[in-house]
Amino acid sequence: MTSTATIKAPVSDERVAIKSTLAKLLGRPEIGALVGAVALFIFFSAVAPVFLQPGSIATVLYGASTIGIMAVGVSLLMIGGEFDLSTGVAVISSALTASLFSWYFSMNIWVGVLLALAVSLGIGFINGWILVKTKLPSFIVTLATFLMLTGLNLGLTRAIGGSVSTPSISTMDGFESAHAIFASSVNIAGVDVKITVFIWIAMVAVASWLLLRTKVGNWIFASGGDANAARAVGVPVVRTKIGLFMGVGFCAWVAGMHNLFAFSTVQSGEGIGNEFLYIIAAVIGGCLLTGGYGSAIGGAIGAFIFGMANKGIVYADWNPDWFKFFLGLMLLLATIVNLVVKRRAEQK
Amino acid sequence: MSQKLSWRKLAATSVLVPALALSACSSTGGRAPEAGSEGGGGEVASTERMKVALITHAPAGDTFWDIVRKGAEEAAAKDNIELQYLNDEDGGRQAQLLEQAVDQGVDGIAITLAKPDAMASALKEATDAGIPIVSLNAGEDQSAELGAFTHFGSNEKLAGETVGERLKEEGYENPICVIQAQGHVGLENRCAGVKSQVPGTEILYVQGTDMTQVQSTVTAKLQSAADADVIIGLGAPITMTILQSAATANNDIKVASFDLNAELAQKIVDGEVIFTVDQQPWLQGYGAVDALWQNKRGGFEIGGGQPVLTGPTVIDSTNAEEVLAFAEEGLR
Repeated sequence: MTSTATIKAPVSDERVAIKSTLAKLLGRPEIGALVGAVALFIFFSAVAPVFLQPGSIATVLYGASTIGIMAVGVSLLMIGGEFDLSTGVAVISSALTASLFSWYFSMNIWVGVLLALAVSLGIGFINGWILVKTKLPSFIVTLATFLMLTGLNLGLTRAIGGSVSTPSISTMDGFESAHAIFASSVNIAGVDVKITVFIWIAMVAVASWLLLRTKVGNWIFASGGDANAARAVGVPVVRTKIGLFMGVGFCAWVAGMHNLFAFSTVQSGEGIGNEFLYIIAAVIGGCLLTGGYGSAIGGAIGAFIFGMANKGIVYADWNPDWFKFFLGLMLLLATIVNLVVKRRAEQK
Repeated sequence: MSQKLSWRKLAATSVLVPALALSACSSTGGRAPEAGSEGGGGEVASTERMKVALITHAPAGDTFWDIVRKGAEEAAAKDNIELQYLNDEDGGRQAQLLEQAVDQGVDGIAITLAKPDAMASALKEATDAGIPIVSLNAGEDQSAELGAFTHFGSNEKLAGETVGERLKEEGYENPICVIQAQGHVGLENRCAGVKSQVPGTEILYVQGTDMTQVQSTVTAKLQSAADADVIIGLGAPITMTILQSAATANNDIKVASFDLNAELAQKIVDGEVIFTVDQQPWLQGYGAVDALWQNKRGGFEIGGGQPVLTGPTVIDSTNAEEVLAFAEEGLR
């Protein structure tokens, strides 16, 4: 395929050749998602003018941020070649831990919050550790933790709190400050924007920096691309994968704390099914299921697409029966566009 | 290397957490010190011990069903009954649970008929085996046909109409009815009941398993529906979230609700929610189990072939305070 090129210019290697800006742009993992997001934004602005109000945009961003915070961790994990089915209930596990521990022992909320962080990181560590020790596929390992966490959420909540939802913690010490950090609103030019939007943006920025500017980022791409080759050149694959699962745990903690402090009670059966939304966001954003390819910003765009579609249907007064169908269609289209664009860019 | 590091971290946390804990007790809220009160004390019926299976379509972790179960447990404790509580959302699996109960030879079955067709053949086995059956909560219309001698529940349509009438009386014209599980017959009936009284009713679907999505979707609706004057949540936790959405959307829309919990009762006392209709789930569980005991005790069949209605009862500012005390106990 490249034989003619090598004959003409034997001194240059096509792998290190300088690409045109356009080719570079088209080669980015999130380009398909970006095109889709812009199209969807224009579309909903046209059919539902209320969509463009600052207040509405803040609502769409909030809806996107609660998915997007998790999509950050899930995207990195998928680039690292694994995925996690336990994320939806892990968010609730984290919220339940903080709430029930503080309530049962009548302690300052922050003790529970820190314990929840330890538990969430621990769940991630266990997922990763079992994975690298047993070499089982992440589908099986995290499906098992998904089921176990679902059971623990229900069982422990009833055993400790005596009911299926946690008691309200809104009057306890530390609630105010925790609420301010995890669930408050920031007023920007007269519009209340939820703090999760800023947390989300910050997390995407940190994850992008980690991926593109640090040694760890290279390890993540290498572990996901070809774990054996990566190990051969000295990449600590085991530590990278466990670290990625713990990163997902950290995101679950942030999302869980928001759930807890926004609503002050948590129902133990919540969260089931959300793991797929996080994966959908990452995949729409250009992460490959096979690993080694993708970006943090892509996952964020994927979450934003979800937020726009989910809320746009309400603004446009459409029958929501069709929402899931459109979500599926968008997933399919986005992945096909990603595939086509990527092939084109590689050929040039 | 990495594991050593983690162990060290673990050790550090295990020292740090109790250390923090000692100096971090909350001055308000939290678990109340043990009151030592075991509900439903007193004499136990002298009838022979019997075994009753309560089989529901409850999803795991639902507060409503917790109250049904509490009612059933209290009746079982009084009536010298060994109660087996089983639940599965899926119609097919609920039928399997029913078959298992028949196989075990229980002395009575209390069952919810959310998916009556799925239960039909298993219920036939039960009636053939001569096991008395009571239905509860859902399936009022199919109850007798499928062999139950009575039904305990509140008619969802009637509850919806009660809400609709009340809203009409108070002059509301454009309610939004929020359904948290798309395609759920009971919830659709509630909104249909409201709509039959107030034709301007609009339905909004949200994903009830994720409160953040409920909040943002309801906010979106409130931002776009300028003429809406009241919004109705179909469950207490959903209504609590709707209150937050109304605050976020800066919309002074009125809020009404179905069902009850302690927090909702408090909001009615505070005037933030105008009213709720309660189907008194505790009575459904208690009534169903107790009816099976009555049947054993003297062959009684309560209800005269008609369903026994446990609701709807309206809770508003006039009686919320009284109800609140029971709601805090987990009975309402």
